[in-house]
Amino acid sequence: MNEMIKDSSLVGTSPVRPDGVPKVTGLAQFGDDFHLPGMLQSKVLRSPHAHARIKSIDTSKAEALHGVKAVITGADFPEHAFSYFGPARIERNYWHITRAVIAQEKALFEGHAVAAVAATTAAIAAKAAKLIEVDYEVLPHVIDVDEAMAEDAPVLYDDMITRGIEPVPTKPSNISKITTLELGDVEAGFAEADEIVEKEYRTAAVHQGYIEPHACLARYDSDGQAELWSSSQGHFIVREFTSKICGIPLANLKVNPAEIGGGFGGKTVVYVEPLAVALSKKAGHPVRVSMGRDEVFKASGPTSGSSMRMKIGVKKDGTITAAEGRYNYQAGAFPGSPVIGGSLCGFAPYAIANQKATACDVVSNRPKVAAYRAPGSPIAAFAVESTLDILAKKIGMDPAKLRLKNAAVKGTPMFMGPLSHDGYGDTVKAILDHPEYNKPLGPNQGRGVASGYWFNGGGESGATVFVNADGTVVIATGSPDIGGSRASMAIMASETLGIPYEQVRSTVNDTTSVPFTQQTGGSRVTYATGIAVIGACNKVIDELKARAAKMWDVDVEGVDWVDGEARPAGSNVGEFDPLSIKDIASKAITTGGPIGSTNAVALGGQAPGFATEMCEVEVDPDTGLVKILRFVVAQDAGRAIHKAYVEGQMQGGAVQGIGWALNEEYIYDEKGRMANAGFLDYRVPVASDITCDIETLIVEVPNPNHPFGVKGVGEVNLVPAMAAVANAVADAVGRRMTSLPMSPPKVLAALMDRDGGEL
Amino acid sequence: MARQHVTTTINGDEADFLCEPDQTLLSVLREELQMTGTKEGCGTGDCGACSVTIDGRLVCSCLVLGVEAEGKSVETIEGMAHGEALHPLQTKFLEHAALQCGICTPGFLVAARALLEKNPDPSETEVRFWLAGNLCRCTGYQKIVEAVLDAAEEMRKA
Amino acid sequence: MNYEAPNTLDAASALLADAQGEARVLAGGTDLLIQMRNGDVDPGLVVDVKNIDEMRSITTESGRFRVGAAVSGIEIMDHAAFNAAWPGVVDGVSLIGSIQVRGRASMGGNLCNASPAADSVPALIAAGALASISGPNGRRDVPVEEIAIAPGKTSLAKGEIVASFLFPERPKRSGGCYLRFIPRTEMDIAVVGAGVDLTLDENGTCTHAKVSLGAVAARALVVEDGAAALIGSKVDEPALEKLAAAASGAARPIDDKRGTKDFRIHVSGVLARRAALTAVERARQN
Repeated sequence: MNEMIKDSSLVGTSPVRPDGVPKVTGLAQFGDDFHLPGMLQSKVLRSPHAHARIKSIDTSKAEALHGVKAVITGADFPEHAFSYFGPARIERNYWHITRAVIAQEKALFEGHAVAAVAATTAAIAAKAAKLIEVDYEVLPHVIDVDEAMAEDAPVLYDDMITRGIEPVPTKPSNISKITTLELGDVEAGFAEADEIVEKEYRTAAVHQGYIEPHACLARYDSDGQAELWSSSQGHFIVREFTSKICGIPLANLKVNPAEIGGGFGGKTVVYVEPLAVALSKKAGHPVRVSMGRDEVFKASGPTSGSSMRMKIGVKKDGTITAAEGRYNYQAGAFPGSPVIGGSLCGFAPYAIANQKATACDVVSNRPKVAAYRAPGSPIAAFAVESTLDILAKKIGMDPAKLRLKNAAVKGTPMFMGPLSHDGYGDTVKAILDHPEYNKPLGPNQGRGVASGYWFNGGGESGATVFVNADGTVVIATGSPDIGGSRASMAIMASETLGIPYEQVRSTVNDTTSVPFTQQTGGSRVTYATGIAVIGACNKVIDELKARAAKMWDVDVEGVDWVDGEARPAGSNVGEFDPLSIKDIASKAITTGGPIGSTNAVALGGQAPGFATEMCEVEVDPDTGLVKILRFVVAQDAGRAIHKAYVEGQMQGGAVQGIGWALNEEYIYDEKGRMANAGFLDYRVPVASDITCDIETLIVEVPNPNHPFGVKGVGEVNLVPAMAAVANAVADAVGRRMTSLPMSPPKVLAALMDRDGGEL
Repeated sequence: MARQHVTTTINGDEADFLCEPDQTLLSVLREELQMTGTKEGCGTGDCGACSVTIDGRLVCSCLVLGVEAEGKSVETIEGMAHGEALHPLQTKFLEHAALQCGICTPGFLVAARALLEKNPDPSETEVRFWLAGNLCRCTGYQKIVEAVLDAAEEMRKA
Repeated sequence: MNYEAPNTLDAASALLADAQGEARVLAGGTDLLIQMRNGDVDPGLVVDVKNIDEMRSITTESGRFRVGAAVSGIEIMDHAAFNAAWPGVVDGVSLIGSIQVRGRASMGGNLCNASPAADSVPALIAAGALASISGPNGRRDVPVEEIAIAPGKTSLAKGEIVASFLFPERPKRSGGCYLRFIPRTEMDIAVVGAGVDLTLDENGTCTHAKVSLGAVAARALVVEDGAAALIGSKVDEPALEKLAAAASGAARPIDDKRGTKDFRIHVSGVLARRAALTAVERARQN
């Protein structure tokens, strides 16, 4: 690994992003913005029942309607064996995946896709969908995670026998898997504690809330060649899922990355793409499939709701002696909640010798959950960080100092092995050093702090660099740009090559034009795709040096690359004027042909993300309304490549956290139907709700495994946010809110409950 | 009722189209005219991604029928720049990193322009309340508000 | 669906009266288009009333304001004289939806959509406004509180349209205020809405008051005990206590996705008191 590049005039600045102008002029094309001649419109028929056996589907009347070109059901998709693959934390199973896209034997949640129609107009498609006759046998349903785990709960799968416990159960249940993690001896640890707090917490399911609904355009030609325009967080992953679900060889499906209107993890899976491909195949025309907002809420993955039990013990001096968490997360209708991830992250900021986590993955009649910004970790952090706050008050210790005292450092043992990087403690110090940290507050006002951890991702990324004859350079990657990563790639490329930012064009290319790249998620792009880009640029530099050597007729060892130019390595090499990229590239045809390079990486070595946040609130004692007065995010970014976009990630995550803390939740009626499937009653923060600056403190403890020291920044800023708000509310009004969201009726009820709600 | 023929003005140019009587102006813009800069985020007037102005008034195009555009003057995001010259709001959005994914950006720009045409010197609170009908999930709003205030200042100087 | 845009009230009434299937009035469309999209209503006929003069105008007759039922919220908010006379009504209108929604939404639509939580309605009721109705049998003026009878249902006969709102004369030292409780700062449907309008004499004693609550019953309520608590008082703490108790006592809310019963009962009192305080301040400045 080369030495870390420390000096840079560009890293840490905020140049304008390459995709900016199309986005401010309305010309950028998102998933629903593509048109092809002969394109058909579609309508997906979705189950009105939360749980029902599908006895038969009669599509004949729909097919007979004039203007209808294709109708599909689950029968139009190949069968898949029931078989888990992938690492345990994120294992998957195509038997589930294909059923999540379209129902087979059962409708497992309200909104579950049952059939789809392609027709010449949207109105005809909608009319046809109403003509499809589905014979449902309605079954009892279950929504809540605790109810789903109960002895007598309606069971989604007759053959779901809980994995991970001994003895193996004889009866089916809705608990897919229980995973137990242990470190040290928690019994002994609790015995050493002077104070123990054991408390239960609940969080409601929340949706990522991206403003762009899922949408795609598919074209399947009768020779088996298919093409997709789809907005996603990873078009290679879209290709992988869609080709498998539809039964198409990978090379026969070309996926073009549309601009993506927000993802936060929710667009790392497919919903509409397999439907569009199957419809296009049957119809013989391109088909567009997009979701309405209600469909996004009902039929695309929110994150889990949870019930948790947290027990932590500390000594009087603040040392945490033991921590035990029981985490029950609902996965939706198919197994695979982020409960293992959450239970790995909950205690991770701290050096605790004795830890235990029991992680339960529970199915219920709701849409399958999808990743949401550090999946699993924000939920666990709510329980852990609230409990630490209670303990801090019990022993009379400043809550930030309690965290600092127990801060994990490089080498600290954790469930998954020793912590690989420093940086957490610095985020706590940044909050402690904040000038307002000790400022006294007024009546009904309070301050709370919380910390969080996220793994961050490495994985596969590819990049291709093309050098043009005029000296400009194109950097092509396979990482969809959801936050300005094209700009960061261009910064890293221009720094590596030593040429101005304006000479670099950064693009996101389709699946036939760059090497396989994992998704844009896991806070991995600046790290992994950045390294791929830097590697490709270094290969290009080697090539440029070789060409210069040819042009000078010297050995390649005699050529240095400095500040974007080839220069003689010493005066003994000869007297040569420096050669710029343009000088070399314009002669490329005489020195060996076009200059470019491809680089593919599969990386570990990424550093985890740490964040500590401080929140100040004012609570209206007559209504329970919580107003945010101050919000500070201290996050270790390793090295901020594009300062404004790093700040933007921190602010965006904080505001999502405020929404999750105060107002967002899935509400169901007694029939298991979502009662608030729209932005009116699913209440994300609006501009006027944010009543203070979101202050961003970018801590930089560089990651030695990245040439610029990068640690991923996208996710961890959400993790502590809800606990920070809850801790501030507790400080303000002496009421401990243990259930999210802390909506006004719940806060008011807590305020009026004079006996309950201990801190 | 058969499809209606509507004659209107869009971004200063005469335009006409056919539409169903119950088709929204948003659908007309995106499907009949292929002007996809105006976005559908919700279809129910809760997110502002479909914001346009009609006779200078800011509205959600998902809550207007296409036939109601008859004889009116509609302004969309596509009309905000003039040739190569971006509107100061567009420039400031880029400078301030006021967009991440960019899906809400057209709606915000149209809404912000309408604000500054009515009130060239808004306070931060006035900006936030005017833009409360535009949802952004990526930025947390701060850089958007900073960009609008900065553009307002620049436009007052001009 | 058929779309018509008549120029007169009589033509509009005739279209509605003669309609065979479902027919709807289109003013701002900010409720109707959502209901059509959701499949809650599938009108065979939509009558666009925005070409009808009376429905689109704000005028005064002998010092009394007449506001067309299809005037958009933003026009009402921008009307300086109406703001000065009826700030409480403007409070209500300025809380409907967003700026985009207020660019279209009208008080007529807000009232006739008959949502129990409509924001302009408690303010209109407290102001003593009359709904001026035009129909096949001519004109009639009716207090606003008599229009909505149940969620989604009005007392209008087939073919009748609310053409405009007629406001009373405005004595000196009068003021009104509408407040609502929502969990965010904008955009939400009212969890509780409280409209208070009152007049003071030269000694600061309240001579007239009207109190209305929204979102806590099947339709907006007139809280007569609340008004009684204010009339004859100096709107001091004891009077406000009685007002708050009357408001909480009158509320008959449900638990739903926007709020609990207990919460709404409690907050009814809180908001009635706060609205009365602002109404008094405004009255003193008048």
